[in-house]
Amino acid sequence: MTRVTEWVSGLGHVVNEKIARLGFAARFFVMLLVYSGQSFRRFPLTIREIYFSGVLSLLIILVSGLFVGLVLGLQGYETLQRYGSADALGVLVALSLTRELGPVVAALLFASRAGSSVTAEIGLMKATEQLTAMDMMAVNPMARVVAPRFWGGVISMPLLAAMFSAMGVFGGYLIGVVFIGVDDGAFWSQMQSSVDFRQDIINGVIKSFVFGVAVSLIAVFEGYDSTPTAEGVSRAITRTVVTSALAILALDFVLTSFMFRGL
Amino acid sequence: MSDSGSLVKISGLNFSYDERPVLRGIDMDIPRGKVIAIMGGSGCGKTTLLRLIGGQLKPTHGEVQVAGHAVDRMGHDELYALRRRMGMLFQFGALFTDMSVFDNVAYPLREHTSLSEELIRDITLMKLSAVGLRGAEALMPGALSGGMARRVALARAIALDPLLIMYDEPFTGLDPISLGVIGQLIRRLNDALGATSIMVTHDIHESLAIVDYIYFMSGGRVVAQGTPDEIRASKDPFVHQFVYAEADGPVPFHYPAPPFGKELLGKGAV
Repeated sequence: MTRVTEWVSGLGHVVNEKIARLGFAARFFVMLLVYSGQSFRRFPLTIREIYFSGVLSLLIILVSGLFVGLVLGLQGYETLQRYGSADALGVLVALSLTRELGPVVAALLFASRAGSSVTAEIGLMKATEQLTAMDMMAVNPMARVVAPRFWGGVISMPLLAAMFSAMGVFGGYLIGVVFIGVDDGAFWSQMQSSVDFRQDIINGVIKSFVFGVAVSLIAVFEGYDSTPTAEGVSRAITRTVVTSALAILALDFVLTSFMFRGL
Repeated sequence: MSDSGSLVKISGLNFSYDERPVLRGIDMDIPRGKVIAIMGGSGCGKTTLLRLIGGQLKPTHGEVQVAGHAVDRMGHDELYALRRRMGMLFQFGALFTDMSVFDNVAYPLREHTSLSEELIRDITLMKLSAVGLRGAEALMPGALSGGMARRVALARAIALDPLLIMYDEPFTGLDPISLGVIGQLIRRLNDALGATSIMVTHDIHESLAIVDYIYFMSGGRVVAQGTPDEIRASKDPFVHQFVYAEADGPVPFHYPAPPFGKELLGKGAV
């Protein structure tokens, strides 16, 4: 009986802790928005973070986009030609990328490349008392450190996803048209007539924006809330990558079900 | 306004982390212009006391007044206005690792003043020169030794000519030369700036040489206090143990545990 009580009380404790942390994260998000105004008044701070999170992630995003596009081209052609619709390869590649793969894969890569480094940076600043020192100098770390990193990520994410998709389409073109010999005109014209700007492109951009908010919030929160030790920071980085990946995939399902419900 | 002679006045201060009491009934009066040391073993609540003075923590009971204002009752803006007049040196310097030595020292000036870049440069170089590191202005914090980092952090702490300078373990992990340099700087800068300094440390010999008054803390209480001469002459067993670094005394060598014999013969004994 005691064992059962202990187990239930242990479970309750864990659930309580998780809910309290979620509550803290929500309050943290509100504070972040409150101090964003201050941080926007010094926009160069955010531009610096766009460079670190966005520009420095370009290589991995572009190379991955290219490979995903190459694979889509190969797989798509292999299936489509069975039904004599190889000309629709451009449509397949473009729709897969703009609706799903572009936002989702770019966000997963962004979480691993930029999210983890933001968590590590803020976590180490906390562990080495840099955040406390800033606060003692009457400089608010939320406005000076956290908000610029958050907005840097939010602004970078849709741009990276767009570049990922563009690179992927180019990859599909390389395989389909240049190597396999699908008709050039059919590839582009079918793509042009089937891809809808609002339905496909804008929805993709909305998705990548939402993923950008989720990943950046998780990254700055995990860093700010990390235990200030080497082990604590390493755990926080792991949590950033794992939680971001789960959040991206879950949000993708929710957003897709709203956006494409009539199809 | 409280006693005009004291800059910091602590009365009946209690503080608990969750339910665990850390400070119990602390009373201190820190006069303007003096260098005060707060000493005691690790974990006795010294650093917590500094954080309470800086307004980073709020007392459970009692009050901390700085320049006549109760720190825990201040709003965010008021507290930040007060902190602009406080400098704090952290245990390992807490320099911003993505900025050069020059930018670290110039940081408070750039954040809180509208001085021209030329003037900021002059002031920064003066502060760096005061700690003997004008030549190191272009270095990054990673390239500094522990003692140099501490001196740069000191230059940053005094960048805005503070009223109150707080030092959290300024001597930890320094070689004897760096230790002497930091000690002398603390005294000289305090007198030159007309500031008041509070130093939390457990380095007894360096402290006795430079401070005006010492408070000893143990178990969250002030257990002894006096001028360096009074401390040297003290017969108090705790002060004696601390000054002469004795392993056992009022501060026990052993962490509280059940009787050893009972444990050896208890569960698991063969």
